[in-house]
Amino acid sequence: MKMKKFTPLINPQSIALVVVLLVNWILFPGFFNVTWQDGRLFGSLIDVLNRGVPVAILAIGMSAVIATKGVDLSVGAVMAISGAVAATLVTDGYPAYLAVLAALAVGIVCGVWNGVLVAFLEIQPIIATLVLMVAGRGIAQLITAGSIVTFADPLLIFIGTGSFAGLPMPVVIAIVLLILSVLLVRSSAVGLFIESVGVNRAAASLAGIRSGLLLVAVYGFSGFCAAISGLIVAGDIKGADANNAGLWLELDAILAVVIGGTSLLGGRFSIAMSVLGAIIIQAMNTGILVSGFPPEFNLVVKAGVIILIFTMQSPLATRLIEMRKTQRAVARKAS
Amino acid sequence: MNRSLRPLAATAVIFALAYAASILQFPGMFSTRVLGNFLTDNAFLGITAVGMTFVIISGGIDLSVGAVIGFTGVLVAVLIGWFGLHPLVAFAIALVVAAAFGAAMGAAIHYLEVPPFIVTLAGMFLARGTASVITQDSIPVTHEFYSKVTSTYWLMPGGGRLSLIGALMVLVFIVGALVAHRTRFGSNVYALGGNAVSAALMGVPVARTTILIYTLSATLSGLAGIVFSLYTSAGYPLAAVGVELDAIGAVVIGGTLLTGGYGFIAGTFIGVMLQGLVQTYIIFDGTLSSWWTKIVIGGLLFVFIVLQRLVFSASSSRSKVFWKLKHE
Repeated sequence: MKMKKFTPLINPQSIALVVVLLVNWILFPGFFNVTWQDGRLFGSLIDVLNRGVPVAILAIGMSAVIATKGVDLSVGAVMAISGAVAATLVTDGYPAYLAVLAALAVGIVCGVWNGVLVAFLEIQPIIATLVLMVAGRGIAQLITAGSIVTFADPLLIFIGTGSFAGLPMPVVIAIVLLILSVLLVRSSAVGLFIESVGVNRAAASLAGIRSGLLLVAVYGFSGFCAAISGLIVAGDIKGADANNAGLWLELDAILAVVIGGTSLLGGRFSIAMSVLGAIIIQAMNTGILVSGFPPEFNLVVKAGVIILIFTMQSPLATRLIEMRKTQRAVARKAS
Repeated sequence: MNRSLRPLAATAVIFALAYAASILQFPGMFSTRVLGNFLTDNAFLGITAVGMTFVIISGGIDLSVGAVIGFTGVLVAVLIGWFGLHPLVAFAIALVVAAAFGAAMGAAIHYLEVPPFIVTLAGMFLARGTASVITQDSIPVTHEFYSKVTSTYWLMPGGGRLSLIGALMVLVFIVGALVAHRTRFGSNVYALGGNAVSAALMGVPVARTTILIYTLSATLSGLAGIVFSLYTSAGYPLAAVGVELDAIGAVVIGGTLLTGGYGFIAGTFIGVMLQGLVQTYIIFDGTLSSWWTKIVIGGLLFVFIVLQRLVFSASSSRSKVFWKLKHE
């Protein structure tokens, strides 16, 4: 705890990010070049942030879900649904702000559905959200009637590709969402409530926390984040692709949360660290792309990183380290 | 009737009702031709689902099966096409590689105490990534052995064709059921899924069983990859994306409890057939679009999960978590 207090910025995740960025820099010398052009910043670093946003936003919602000892597999499908809703409404002539609100509302409804299954039907989260993961893409295709709905609405496109104060709009949205959610969970008791439900739901309920309602809210928040992500991805390609929008991003989001140090067993979480995890993943992706390796290496590298992290975090490794420590202590005493 | 057989019976009844309703609407569906196609088209899914049933009964999950199918398909195509090996030799190598892959995942799950969900997720990335690194294109397989195998079938009464791969799936299901219900390994799998700590205290070799379970699942996925390569006569790194979800769906619809410790291989067979029925019905109807398959299967999953909750809600009072702590 003492270490954390004095050196909050020195942790394995930040070091990992710096290492990844340095490796990128070695492989591609122009990596840190950032230029100002047409009233906004350009460069590989900005690109890492911009491309990392969809997963980072998913990771914000996913951290809270995982902190309750759950998982949300449906976020990728919810992204597809929200993009499909916004695109279809806009092409049908509804105003863009209405389309955005409807997409966000649909995301929340999807999340609440998951939450009800988990909290009140007491289905394991992985299975409860699997239902929407399987059916969600079908629903999205039903909304878009199986085609890619393209649009030319300025507001939706601005969400995906615009810029604000020199930064790409998605990055601005992610930063705002990050600040708001960190304030919400850490300056109130909500964060503690979420963690207590993750540690022991029955005990939390006995202590007076309305765990059912809290779970529904947490899954609803995850759906809301997924909807924002879906809007950004749809705005970026100026269309809603029900088949491919957010495909497998749920796995990236879980990975980001895990890299950020949140335990899959629930009970503690850090939203900011999860976002950092998402940026690390994207920095690896971008690094592989700009250094000229085929993008297929991505998956292999990602698998390697997961294996490495879990080997280091595993109880076996901890026990080995502790054993060595005690051995050293014993040796010191003996001498 | 034995109370523990109820979910299996429910699945069977729902399948029978759904099939009967389909036949009333399309009398053509009641033929051995449709049945033969059921078996052939779902052979790779069925074989994978048998392995998945063992994994889920043990309280775990295997997300890597689809990627292993894709990887095995590419490996077989490369060994035959680029190195000129005989398909049977290539099959043997592919199965050994898949088995080693599964054993490594099982070892990681047991010794590193990482949730199966994450280990098999890494396995999925690794298998899919390696396959994509080997090739990004579909590699066609043109070997007389392939044409011989795909043209071999048994003509069922009524004109239906039971292909070799369809028969292989049925065989895998029969052997799988025997292993699950009639061997010591099968009992160990059930014990592990019921309660890992009690199982260890009772003398179940937890390490060996865990490793064997994931080896079995990966080997069967490898076999499914071979079947898939026979079915499509090609190896493609992006083949069978999302099959893990279909397989999990088939297992759940088949009445296997996702918390582990309870389930039937035979139920999984009905689960696979039910998914095939949904697809065949949509093809027969002609007006429904293919995305209805996903929605209907999602709906079926939901119905069966709620059904499971209702059947088992009395038996357990505490809420169960998906990934179990080995040492609580």
